[in-house]
Amino acid sequence: MSADTSTLAGAPTVFVPIREHTTLRGTLTDTWVITQRNLLRNLRLPQLLVFATIQPVMFLLLFNYVFGGAISGSLPPGIDSYTNFLLPGLLVQIAAFGASQTALGLTEDLSKGVIDRFRALPMSRAAVLTGRTLADLIRNAAVLSLMLTVGFLIGFRWQTSLLGFLGGFAIALLFAFALSWVMATIGLYVRNPEAAQSASFLPIFPLVFASSVFLPTQTMPDWLRVFADNQPITVIANAIRGLMLGPEVLLPGQTVGGEVLAALLWLGGITAIFSVLAVRTYRRAVS
Amino acid sequence: MPSPDTPAPAPERVEPPGTERPIVRVRGVSKTFGKDVRALDDVSLDVAPGIVYGLLGPNGAGKTTLIRVLATLLRPEGGDVEVAGVDVLADPTGARARIGLAGQFAAVDEYLTGRENVVMVGRLYGLSGREARRRADDVLERIKLTDAATRRVGTYSGGMRRRLDLAASLVGRPQVMFLDEPTTGIDPRSRLDLWELVEDLVETGTTVLLTTQYLEEADRLADRIGVIDDGRIVSEGTADELKDTLGGAVLEVTVAPDDVARSREILGGIAGDEVASAAAGTRLRVPARDGVVTLMAATRGFDAIGLQPLDVALHKPTLDDVFLALTGDRPEPVEGEAAEAATGVGLDATSGPSTGMATTSPTTPASSGDRPAA
Ligand SMILES: Nc1ncnc2c1ncn2[C@@H]1O[C@H](COP(=O)(O)OP(=O)(O)OP(=O)(O)O)[C@@H](O)[C@H]1O
Ligand SMILES: [Mg+2]
Repeated sequence: MSADTSTLAGAPTVFVPIREHTTLRGTLTDTWVITQRNLLRNLRLPQLLVFATIQPVMFLLLFNYVFGGAISGSLPPGIDSYTNFLLPGLLVQIAAFGASQTALGLTEDLSKGVIDRFRALPMSRAAVLTGRTLADLIRNAAVLSLMLTVGFLIGFRWQTSLLGFLGGFAIALLFAFALSWVMATIGLYVRNPEAAQSASFLPIFPLVFASSVFLPTQTMPDWLRVFADNQPITVIANAIRGLMLGPEVLLPGQTVGGEVLAALLWLGGITAIFSVLAVRTYRRAVS
Repeated sequence: MPSPDTPAPAPERVEPPGTERPIVRVRGVSKTFGKDVRALDDVSLDVAPGIVYGLLGPNGAGKTTLIRVLATLLRPEGGDVEVAGVDVLADPTGARARIGLAGQFAAVDEYLTGRENVVMVGRLYGLSGREARRRADDVLERIKLTDAATRRVGTYSGGMRRRLDLAASLVGRPQVMFLDEPTTGIDPRSRLDLWELVEDLVETGTTVLLTTQYLEEADRLADRIGVIDDGRIVSEGTADELKDTLGGAVLEVTVAPDDVARSREILGGIAGDEVASAAAGTRLRVPARDGVVTLMAATRGFDAIGLQPLDVALHKPTLDDVFLALTGDRPEPVEGEAAEAATGVGLDATSGPSTGMATTSPTTPASSGDRPAA
C-alpha cells in the first residue's frame, strides 16, 4: 500500500503522541473537520436535501401566489409588490424553521456515541459545538440563496441597492446563526432527537406567526400587535426589509439604522447568552 | 494470546512486580450515580504494558463506567487514574493523545464512508490531511475493509462497523486501547476476526484493556483478568490463577428442581458455602479441592438422604465456575441452558433480558444496570 508498514502487524509501533494539547490553530482545524463532517450529512441524506430545498421554495411560491392578490392592497406604502414584502420575511421564517436541525444533529450525535468518541480524542472541545453551528450557518446560506434566486425569478427586486440587499442577507444569516445556538441549547437539554424537534418548534411557531414575517402587523388586535411589533423576529424582519426595500416600508418613526441596530443588539445578545448556555449544557450533558 | 498454538509471549512481557511501571494504574476510584448507585466502589487496578487485560463482569458491574473513567469521559469522585504515564484527571488531553476507545456501541458515522470515518478520526488526533489519509489506508487494509472503504457505513454489517469503530482509533497509534464489549452482538465469524485484530494489536506493542461478558473471550484473549462485580474488583489474576483458586476440580451435580434445596445443603456441608448454580439452577457446582474424594463424599451424602442426582460430573474448573463462584449466585431469569448453549458460554444466561434492552437503547448508559435487584 504505502512505504510505511510499521503499523502492520508484527512490527512494534513507536508511540509518539501527535499532539498533547490543542493550540488555536488546532482548534480551527478541528472546527473545520467537524464542520465538513456535518455538512456531508446534509448532502448525503436525501430526505434532508429535499426538505431543505423544496420546502422553502414551496413556502415562497404558495404564500406569494395564494396571499399575494388579497394582500397587495393592504401593504405599507412604498412597496412595489407582495413578493418584495414577503421574501425578506420568508428569509427569517425559513432560517427559523430550519434551526431545529442543529438540535437534531447534536442529539443524534449524543445518542449514537459520536460525541463520546470526539471527547476521547485529543481535539478541541469547542469544535464539537462550533463545528455544528458553522455547518448549519453554511447550510442556511445555501438554502437562503436558493430562495433568493427563486425570488428573483418570480419578480423580487431590491428597492435600495446591492449593498442594502447584501446587508439584509447578512442579517438573515446572523439570525440563523444565533438561533442555532438556541437550538443547540435546547437539544443538549432534552437530549433526545424527537423531543428536541418538538421542543424547538414550541418557541418558533408563535414567534414567527405573530410577527411581520408574512403580513404587516397593522391588522392584528392591539394586544397581539404590541407583542408582534416588539419581539425579535419582527425587529429582524423589519431590519432586513428596511435594508432591502428602503425606509418607506417601515412604520412611522422607525429608521433603517435604528431597526438594524436593534436587530444587531438582539442577535448579539441571543448569540452571547445562548453560546454560553449551550457550552454549559453540553458540559452537563456529557458527564 | 494464551491459545495453545501461540507460544505465549505474555510471560516475558509481564515483568516481576516493581520493575516496570504499569501502563494503566487506578487507585481508589469511586463513582456514584445519583444518590445510591455506586457504579465503582474503591477500584484499584494495574495493567502491565503490552498485555491484554480482560475486565470480566455481569451486566451493571461497572465495566463501562470504569472504561469511561479511563478514557476521560467521566470524572470519578476520588482516587487516582494514570494512563501511559499521564495523570488522566489532571491532563485529560495528554491522556487522550495516548489512548484509543471503542465504546460499547459502535460510534461510526453512517453517512460517511469507512475511509472518511477513519480519516476524520486521524485529523482529530492532530494528523495532517495527507498523513491521516495515508494511515487510514493502512488501517483499512489491516482490518480487511479496503474493499468496502469507499462505501457508506450505513451499508456495513454490525461486525464491519465494530471493526471500523475499533480501527478508527488505530490511526492515532494509541499506546493503550480501551474496548468496551468489543464482540457483544456480533456473529461468531466476526468475533474471531476481532479477536485476531486484538492479537495483532498487542503484537505491535499496544496495551489492550477490554471488557467482556464472555468468559471464553477472556480466557482466549486476556493475559490477565480482573473480575468486577457490583463496582468492585473481586478477583484478579491470569485465567489459570483464577481457576486455581477453585482448587483442582469442580464437582457439578444436576438434580431435579424439587431436590435443589436439599442438594445445596449436602454440597454446602462438603465444600463450604460456595455452592453456585449455573443456568436454570438445577445444575449445582462446588469446588472439589480433593477431587475424587470430594466426589465420593458427595455421593455418600446424597445416598444418606436417599436423593438421586440426575448427573454427577467432576471436571477441571472453567472461567464459568470462577465467575459463578465470585459473582455470587443470582436468580436465573429465563431459559437457562438453552441460552447457554446458544452463546457457548454461561454468563449470558445470567443477564437475561437486559442484554436485549441494552442493545436497543444505546442512548441510556443506565440501561445496562438492570439485572434483577440483588
Ligand atoms: N449515567 C448513568 N446514570 C445513572 N446510573 C448509571 C449511569 N451509568 C451507569 N449507571 C449505573 O451504574 C452501574 C454500572 O453500570 P455500567 O454501565 O458501568 O455496567 P456494565 O458493567 O458496563 O454493564 P453492561 O454489561 O450491562 O454493559 C449500573 O447500576 C448502572 O445502572
Ligand atoms: Mg457496559
